Amino acid sequence: MFKSEAASWFRIYEMFKFESFHMYGIIGSALFIGIIIVQSIKRFKIKSFYGEKINFHPKAKSFSRYMFGGIIFGLGWALAGACPGPMFTLVGAGYISIFIVIIASLLGTFLYGLLKGKLPH
Amino acid sequence: MNWIYEPWPWYIAGPMIALIMFLLIMVDKSFGMSSNLRTMCTICGAGNKADFFKFDWKLQKWNLVVVLGAVIGGFIGSYFLSTNTAVAINPETILELKSLGFESAGTAYLPTELFDTKALLSIKNVLLLSIGGLLVGFGARYAGGCTSGHAISGLSNLQMPSLIAVIGFFIGGLTMIHFIFPLLF
Repeated sequence: MFKSEAASWFRIYEMFKFESFHMYGIIGSALFIGIIIVQSIKRFKIKSFYGEKINFHPKAKSFSRYMFGGIIFGLGWALAGACPGPMFTLVGAGYISIFIVIIASLLGTFLYGLLKGKLPH
Repeated sequence: MNWIYEPWPWYIAGPMIALIMFLLIMVDKSFGMSSNLRTMCTICGAGNKADFFKFDWKLQKWNLVVVLGAVIGGFIGSYFLSTNTAVAINPETILELKSLGFESAGTAYLPTELFDTKALLSIKNVLLLSIGGLLVGFGARYAGGCTSGHAISGLSNLQMPSLIAVIGFFIGGLTMIHFIFPLLF
């Protein structure tokens, strides 16, 4: 995360301006290999390290929660320049002001838990 | 071996992320960082306020270890494997950012204007960081995942819900950058 600069606010800005391939390369190549991995596990019935069957859990089908949740997340991602993974990476890298973002994201999570019943899913 | 001290190219980082997802799948878990935010809320007692947080958080300890790993990774990456952390983004982008007031574009990893400890003396900056975080936390739980859970894990499993979520991420991100930033900065 850190060395690839995916945790850099500048790279996220650049990504949303389509001014570099870099972030698309990271996500795209991860996805390309990810699809091959998941499909291979399914096709060849690869077992886990514990010798058990690997189960993939399909996500509940709907539209609202993914679209609205996605948009809200995207707004925050671009503003803070970080999503949950990089937030913690930046703590390790010594950028302590990211703690404000982390605490706020915990509050946001909490707020969702409180309002969940009133939101379209 | 000097390349290790430089920023790592996308074709190293992307596959490494896929490797993490693979390792987690192989121990019958999944790669998704935002659920940790929910776990942390529960640890802080949020289960007393909303049903959403009433679950046995100890079952999610493995995911908290992933977070710890991310923190350690950031530490090692920054303090031991980097000589210069300035991010060399597109020169056009640097010019655009400077016109918005981000002089640190091209010379830093994070914009000092927002993230320097001195910057925290500005209420506006603290508000911006807070609102950003709030939106990420709320949005990720509402959508049931963030970039790792949806864009990487969900799409790797060809899940339509994840595609909808990722489209949402982009609508949100583009709206913020193209329409809201000019109003904020």
